[in-house]
Amino acid sequence: MVNIAQAWAERYHAENRDVSVQVLGGGSGVGIASLTDGNCDMANSSRDINEAEALAIRQKRGKEPVEHIVGVDALAVYVHPDNPIESISLEELAGIYGEGGAITRWSHLGVRHQSHGRDVIVRLGRQNSSGTYTYFREAVLGKNRDFKLGSVDRSGSKDLVDLVSRTPLAIGYSGMGYAVPGVKMLEVSVPRGERGVAPTVANARNRSYPLTRALQIYTAGELSGPAADFLQWIVSPEGQQIVVELGYVPMRELK
Amino acid sequence: MKGSCVEDRRRPGEDAESGAEPADPSSWVYRFLGPAESMIAGVVIRLCGYSAILFVFAILFFVLREAAPILFGKMDLVEFLSSPNWRPSSDVRPQYGILALLVGTLAVTGLAMALAVPLGLGAAVYISEFCPGKVRETLKIVIELLAAIPSVVWGFISYMLLAPLIVDLTGAPVGVNLLNGGAVLALMSVPIIVSVGEDALKAVPDSYREAALSLGASRWEVVYRVLFPAAKNGLLAAVLLGVGRAIGETMAVLMATGHAVQIPRSLLDPICTLTATIAAELGETVYGGPHYRMLFVIGLVLFAITFLVNLVADIVVKGIRNEQRA
Repeated sequence: MVNIAQAWAERYHAENRDVSVQVLGGGSGVGIASLTDGNCDMANSSRDINEAEALAIRQKRGKEPVEHIVGVDALAVYVHPDNPIESISLEELAGIYGEGGAITRWSHLGVRHQSHGRDVIVRLGRQNSSGTYTYFREAVLGKNRDFKLGSVDRSGSKDLVDLVSRTPLAIGYSGMGYAVPGVKMLEVSVPRGERGVAPTVANARNRSYPLTRALQIYTAGELSGPAADFLQWIVSPEGQQIVVELGYVPMRELK
Repeated sequence: MKGSCVEDRRRPGEDAESGAEPADPSSWVYRFLGPAESMIAGVVIRLCGYSAILFVFAILFFVLREAAPILFGKMDLVEFLSSPNWRPSSDVRPQYGILALLVGTLAVTGLAMALAVPLGLGAAVYISEFCPGKVRETLKIVIELLAAIPSVVWGFISYMLLAPLIVDLTGAPVGVNLLNGGAVLALMSVPIIVSVGEDALKAVPDSYREAALSLGASRWEVVYRVLFPAAKNGLLAAVLLGVGRAIGETMAVLMATGHAVQIPRSLLDPICTLTATIAAELGETVYGGPHYRMLFVIGLVLFAITFLVNLVADIVVKGIRNEQRA
């Protein structure tokens, strides 16, 4: 969620010249680690803080980690536009991505889709320290199953979507804010065969789309001073407008 | 211009002994400064030399310090070396097997050398022996330019140009794979092999060539039967420098190989290397956690591989030297 944090920081600085917000990327783990070390005031995270991290904050900062929900993200499943598939179930995704899953060809999904005479599924993923990786694993495979090794792992959501647009046989996952014209988002259904739900703002907000997650900001204890004002502004209609502009889902209906 | 880079290299022991003697009066330092200043210059230069040793040990110490708690703790060495399962952030059971990464590194380096060594040595022979003066100068400048291209640019080239080309030519399911990584590493190693190899060939005295030609050898026979045996130390050094470049490269292979944890079964499979794993994962691991520490253990493995390559090079070069003396 570095793109969204960047946009918040720029817009807020434009309106409040005396406050400058420095944004660093690297992923949810990096943010929480710098919060632990006291190098930042807020750590953006697209996954829940884990127990070890919470403990580290208590020990090093002497404060309780506080969670603020600032938006909603829907992970979209991306394929190449040439691929005729329109909808996929969580069970099928688990068969593609999960350890021991048997789905390795598009024909296994009943889809006629070939490139240069091949129809293997090229599955793209994220590097194993990314929050998106962890969230997709939990949502699709559950707590007790690992990813099948051998996926082509990209170091950023944008990189992943870009590679999907160049690879006809690819399938990949990333936040729906990363959609570009050269890729197609699939509808996702929970039980196989049921009508899929499209990754749209409305479906994400009412949680009917299955791959939906909260975007969070963690702080060590409650903030005060300029940082607290900034956090207040993020959840205000103005800050939430930016969430919409970037393709994420705001926390509440904006008028 | 006939100075050889390999034959004239002194052993470290010889340097240390000659250091205590007064500076050579014919040296430029002595001519420009006085005897006292030249002593100071000598000390400064020696410190610069020793600093290399200091840096190597400092780096080794740092990597070892970060790796130690798990290296001497609960690390499963058998799994580490024999399992292809690299699953450091698994909730079920984290596994730290580097076999797939090790095979990936060796495969991509091997492929790169299979492409780069014939190409590089061929180019070195052409530039040194067959090339007219003006073309030679142009070629050398271009090759030096090639060596100066930053690796992230090579990565970009591999992703934007090579990947679609590979898909079109081979029908590969995805363009970022072993072949792409090998090709881009070959392109990166060739300039080093060419320039060091060319130096080595140039260092062979002209009397060797003249003698061979006067015996009726063809130009190819001169290269193959006379120059290659005479310059083999330097040529070997050229190849090993190329190997070192390929093993250590990170950014370009991360972008070119696809970064997929699996043991490749064909040239068109995406792979994952040791260096790329560290680069992709270190930034987001929990500081001080087992995953973080295992990445430093991988750093130690890379250190060991580099050390081994250099050691083998040294032994081979020394062996050849003794053989020549006997």
